[in-house]
Amino acid sequence: MDSARSDILARIRAVPRRQPAPVPRDYDTARSVEDPVGLFVERVEDYRAVVRRVSEDELPQRIGDCLARRGVSNMVAPPDLPESWRWAGTRWSLDEPPLSLSEVDSADGVLTGAAVAIAETGTIVLDAGARQGRRMLTLVPDYHLCVVRADQIEVSVPEALRRLDPTRPLTFVSGPSATSDIELDRVEGVHGPRTLEVLVVDI
Amino acid sequence: MTAARKPRVALFATCLADTLYPETAKAVLRLLERLGCEVDFPLGQTCCGQMHYNTGYRDEALPLARRYAEVFDGYDYVVAPSGSCAGMVREIHPGLCGPSSAVERTYELSEFLVDVLGVTDVGAYFPHKVTYHPTCHSLRMLGVGDRPLRLLREVRGLELVELPQAEQCCGFGGTFALKNAETSTAMLADKMRCVQHTGAQVLTAGDNSCLMHIGGGLSRLRTGVRAVHLAEILASTEEHPWVATP
Amino acid sequence: MGRNPVTWLGSPTFPRAARTALGDTQLRTNLRKATTTIRAKRARAVAELADWERLRRAGEAIKNDVLANLDTYLVRLEEAVTARGGVVHWARDAEEANRIVFDLARAKGADEVVKVKSMATAEIGLNEYLRARGVRPVETDLAELIVQLGNDRPSHILVPAIHRNRSEIKEIFSRAMAEPPDSDDPRVLAEAARRHLRRRFLSAKVAVSGANFAVADTGSVVVVESEGNGRMCLTLPETLITVMGIEKLVPTWRDLEVFLQLLPRSSTAERMNPYTSVWTGVTPGDGPGEFHLVLLDNGRTATLADEVGRQALRCIRCSACLNVCPVYERTGGQAYGSVYPGPIGAILAPQLAGDMTDKQAASLPYASSLCGACYEVCPVRINIPEALTHLRARAVEARPKHTAEALAMSSAGWVFRDPRRYEAAQRAGSLSRFLAGSDGTIKRLPWPGSKWTSTRDVPAVPKESFRMWWRRNRG
Repeated sequence: MDSARSDILARIRAVPRRQPAPVPRDYDTARSVEDPVGLFVERVEDYRAVVRRVSEDELPQRIGDCLARRGVSNMVAPPDLPESWRWAGTRWSLDEPPLSLSEVDSADGVLTGAAVAIAETGTIVLDAGARQGRRMLTLVPDYHLCVVRADQIEVSVPEALRRLDPTRPLTFVSGPSATSDIELDRVEGVHGPRTLEVLVVDI
Repeated sequence: MTAARKPRVALFATCLADTLYPETAKAVLRLLERLGCEVDFPLGQTCCGQMHYNTGYRDEALPLARRYAEVFDGYDYVVAPSGSCAGMVREIHPGLCGPSSAVERTYELSEFLVDVLGVTDVGAYFPHKVTYHPTCHSLRMLGVGDRPLRLLREVRGLELVELPQAEQCCGFGGTFALKNAETSTAMLADKMRCVQHTGAQVLTAGDNSCLMHIGGGLSRLRTGVRAVHLAEILASTEEHPWVATP
Repeated sequence: MGRNPVTWLGSPTFPRAARTALGDTQLRTNLRKATTTIRAKRARAVAELADWERLRRAGEAIKNDVLANLDTYLVRLEEAVTARGGVVHWARDAEEANRIVFDLARAKGADEVVKVKSMATAEIGLNEYLRARGVRPVETDLAELIVQLGNDRPSHILVPAIHRNRSEIKEIFSRAMAEPPDSDDPRVLAEAARRHLRRRFLSAKVAVSGANFAVADTGSVVVVESEGNGRMCLTLPETLITVMGIEKLVPTWRDLEVFLQLLPRSSTAERMNPYTSVWTGVTPGDGPGEFHLVLLDNGRTATLADEVGRQALRCIRCSACLNVCPVYERTGGQAYGSVYPGPIGAILAPQLAGDMTDKQAASLPYASSLCGACYEVCPVRINIPEALTHLRARAVEARPKHTAEALAMSSAGWVFRDPRRYEAAQRAGSLSRFLAGSDGTIKRLPWPGSKWTSTRDVPAVPKESFRMWWRRNRG
C-alpha cells in the first residue's frame, strides 16, 4: 500500500505546475434580510415541513400540542432534553444509557434542539451537541420534532458554516427525507424521517 | 461614429457564404455601404479553420488562422455574417497563433451594427412573418444577446414571432452533422417542429451553417418555410426588396 | 493491472449506440420529460442568488488550487483523518481499490455491504468485484436500486434510472421485491423501497460510500444526499469505507460555503438537498467505530498531466451539464458506454480510460454539437467545448494517418491555404449545380455527403461565388 501512496504522490509531483490565481472571495459572505426568522419559516415550509413560531413561555404547551395531534405514545430524546419539553402525555426514553437500535426503531418519534439554522435554504444543522444527541436518534424514527431558537438562525450558508465545528458529526437537514429519482420530480419521504416538524422559538 | 472619414471595413464573407451563399455576402456589402462604411473584400481570405479545428485537425487549422491575421491586418474593422466564424476567430485564433489586430477588430454582423455603428434601425423593409433562431456560437461564444432581435424589430413590414425553445441547438455542429448524423437529425426534427409551430414564412439566423441545416430539412419536408440569413433581411429595402433565390 | 472499467467493455462507439437509443421512443419521452422539468427548476434556483457568477468563479478557483497543490492537500487530509481515528488507504487503480474494500469487508465477516450512491465505486466496478467474491453489494439510493434490481446500467450521474418512468419502475420492483408496490405512484414506489431496505440498514455491519467533498485541513468528509439512505449507511453500521477520487478535496472548511451553495442548486435544483452529512474520523459513541478512507487515482493523475483536459477534474458531479445537453436528451446516458455520460462524461471517461486508440473512448469527444450549453451551467466553469475539441485533437493524433477523413481534411486544408486553389475548387464545385433539381437543391449526394442528404437538402454550389462576383464588379 505504501508503494501506491508514493506512486500517486510522485505522479502528481511529476506534473509541471503553476500556482493559480488566488480564490476570489467577492461572493456574499453574509446577506441581510429584513426578517430572517420569517424567511426561515417560509423556506422550511417550501419543503413541505410543518413550522410554527412560538414564544419561550408557550413552548412546552406547543410541544404537547404537536405530539398530541400526532398521537404518539413513545418518544426518544437526547439525555439533556429539558425537563419542561417532556410532555406528560407520552412515554420518554432518554438516550442514557445508550438505547439499542431496535429501541430507537420502535419509537414513534424524536424531539431535539438544533445547533444552527439557515434561513435562505430552510436548513437545520445538528451537531450532536446540546439537546441533539447522537446522529442515530434523529435518523431512525419516522417523526422528528425539532426546536430551533430564533438566535440560532443565520441568513446564509457562509454565515452558518462559520458557527459550526467541522470536527463534530454534522447533519444538515432541509425538510423531510425526499427523492427526485422518479422522473426528476420531488417526492417527500423515503428512509429518513418522513415527517419533520419545526418549532421556532422567538426570543 | 464621430470620425470624419468613413470606417474602413473588411468583409470576411466566410468560406460558406463566399462559396454557397453569395447573396448573403452581397447583402452585407449593400447594408454596410448603405450605412456609410467603406467596404473591401480582401481576396486573400479563405476560411477561418473552424471545421479543421473543431474536428481535431489543429495542424491544418493553424496556417488558416495565421492567414486570417495577415489578410485582415490594417482595416478598422472586420465584419463576418457568422457568429460561429467570428467566434472561432475571437475565441480560438489567439490560442493558436497569438493575438493580432485583425482578431481584435473582428465583429459578427449584429454586434458591428449595434455596438460600433450604433444603429438598430437600418432602414430595412421585409414584409414577411419571421422567426429568429439564435445560433449557439453567437449566443454562447460571442454573447450577441438580443442584438439581432433589436435589429429585426425595427424592420418595416416585418412580423416577428417568437421561436419556442429558441436556445436549443439545431443539431448542426459542423462535422457533428455527419459523424453523428442520426442524433443531429433528431435535434433538427425538434427544431423544425418549433419553427413550424410559429407559422412563420421565414426562419432567420446569423449563421448560414445552421440555416443550411435547418433550411435543408425544411426544404426536404416541403414546408414552404424559407431559411434566410439576417443580413439579407437587413439589406432588403422597399427600393430593392429581397427576392428568393434561386 | 487490468483494463480500466470506467468505460464498459464491449460498448459500441457513440454514433452506433446513439442510433439504437434514438429508436427507443419510450426512452426519448422519459428523458425529454425529466430534463425539461429539471432545466426549468435549475434556472429558478440559480436566479435566486445574485452572486451566482461570483460563486462559480470562486468554485473554479478553489478547485484549480486543489489541482495545483494536490500532493500537499492529500497528505494534509491523510494526517487529519488519521489523527481523528480513521485509516487512509491509497489505490492506484480500480483493481487496487476494489481489493482494499473487499479485504476490509471480509475481515469484518460481512457477506453483505450497504452502499450509498457513489460514482467512484461505480467507476471501478466495485459491485461486480464484490459479487464475484461472494459479498452482496446492496444499493440503497432509490435510483441505484432501480438500476440494480433491473439488472440495468446507469444513464445519469445524479439519477442513474432517469431513463425509467414510474410504470417501468413499478414493473422492476414488482419482479424483485417480496412486497411489490400496488401502484406506480412515486410515493408508493418510495414506500416500497423503504420497506425493502429497512431491515438491511438495521442489520448491516459494513457500509461503502463515496464522498462529495473532503476538507484537507480538518479531515472532514461530506456526503450530500436526499433520501436518508446515506445517513443510514454512514451512521448505523460498525464499519464505514469511503472511496473517494483524489480530486474531491477542498483545502479548508470555509471552501464548503461555496460548494454547498453551488451543488444543490445545480444538481437537484433545490436551495439545499434534504441531507448533508459531515464526519471527521471516528466519533466514539456516535456512528461507525471504524472508518476507512480509500483515495483513488484510477486515471486521475494522468488526466492532471493534460493541461487542457485536467479541468474535468474540477467536476463536482452535479449533472447540470447532462440536463441541458441536447445530445444527451436524445440519446440518453447509456449510449456513452460509461458511468460518466453526457458532456462531462465525454471529456472525463476517455481521459480516465487513458487510451485514445480505443475506438469507443475516442468517439466520445465527438458526441457533441459544441453548442456550449454545458459550459454555461457548469458550477465550476469547466469549459467543456474547449476540452472536447482538445480531446478530438488527441483522438486524431492516436488514429492512423490515412483514414478517409484525414485525407479529406488535409486536402481541404491544402485548398484553403491558397486562395487560387480555393477559387479553382469553387469553380469545380459549382458543377454540382447539375446535380440539383429545379429548385436549386440537391437531394442526394454520394457518401459521405449521403449522411447529410438522407434527411436534408443541400444547395448546389452557385455558378458564381461571391469572390468571382466581387472581381467582376469591384475588382
